[in-house]
Amino acid sequence: MYVIIAGAGKVGWNLARELIGKGHEVTLLDNRRDRYLTIEQELEHAVQYGDATELWVLERAGIQRAELVIAVTGDDEDNMLICQVAKEKYLCDRVIARVNNPRNRQWFELLGVSPVVSATDLILRLIEHEVPSYGLVHLLDLRDEKLEIIEIEVEVGSPADGQAVSDISIPEGALIISVLRGGDGFVPKADTVIEGGDEVLLVLDPGLEERITQVFTTPPA
Amino acid sequence: MFVLIVGAGRVGSAVARSMLASGHQVSVLDEDPLSHERLDAGLDTTWEEAGGRFTVGHGIEIEALVEAGIEQADVFIASTNGDNTNLLISQIAQKKFQVRSVIARVMDPARADWYQEQGLRTISPTKVAIEMFEQALSEV
Repeated sequence: MYVIIAGAGKVGWNLARELIGKGHEVTLLDNRRDRYLTIEQELEHAVQYGDATELWVLERAGIQRAELVIAVTGDDEDNMLICQVAKEKYLCDRVIARVNNPRNRQWFELLGVSPVVSATDLILRLIEHEVPSYGLVHLLDLRDEKLEIIEIEVEVGSPADGQAVSDISIPEGALIISVLRGGDGFVPKADTVIEGGDEVLLVLDPGLEERITQVFTTPPA
Repeated sequence: MFVLIVGAGRVGSAVARSMLASGHQVSVLDEDPLSHERLDAGLDTTWEEAGGRFTVGHGIEIEALVEAGIEQADVFIASTNGDNTNLLISQIAQKKFQVRSVIARVMDPARADWYQEQGLRTISPTKVAIEMFEQALSEV
């Protein structure tokens, strides 16, 4: 696959190295001359000097034949516009953008740029996962596919507590895909009994979060 | 007309003053509080006393845009010193706030042309300068 990566910071550089290691063809772009010169020692012709928001720089990098464009500069405006131009002008249908400030996520959506990856959000999810008192945790959003994977802790005395999987009335469009119990995870069968204190992973259509929460938690007194 | 100008540099502030002088309502948004001084320049009074509005904030912050009055704006001008900021906030004004008339300053002529084709009104000082140089050269 031919991949163009805009932004040769920690993310871009390491991503380029990994993708090259997996046998992909990569061009890494950066507009900082010192960074370019350093990386050029290692990646040689796979790195080019230039501002990836400029059309001629993208064209020199071969955007017309790129199968994937990844914009991971430290500047959200740059990342959005690089992906917008790649998609709409050069018809590259696969783009991935990094969002540095999660509050800018809405603008990526406004411009039709997806998926977006936010390191802040990823770390936040890890915190939520490690500190289970948060309740429902979004583990993975497949926005385009309109599916998400969530994790939720089963409260003692909740409707699901002590029920076999087949007897739990979860809404249509949701499915329990695994159970985490005592530090181990397993895929449940229809007759697996869910216990309070378990953590369950579900795949679901977005928008069902509230109804799912009701099944696995007790109503506040 | 209510004009919202983001970016009170030399261009933005000059356009702001001339729009105000022509009797329009003008609101200016800039992240640098000191840029306000540029709006006062050449006025007998302060910018506010002359009827202008000034808000400190960045053009991609929704709160700042709303505070500066984007919901009432008839015209949106993006004249910060960053092409990418201007292109983004213009699209926000156009697509999210449905501002009737949106104009973006874009230094890079190639992208000014492309975004213009996509339905965004762009002004490229670089392009204007090139044309003027060419014109001047043809008269030599």
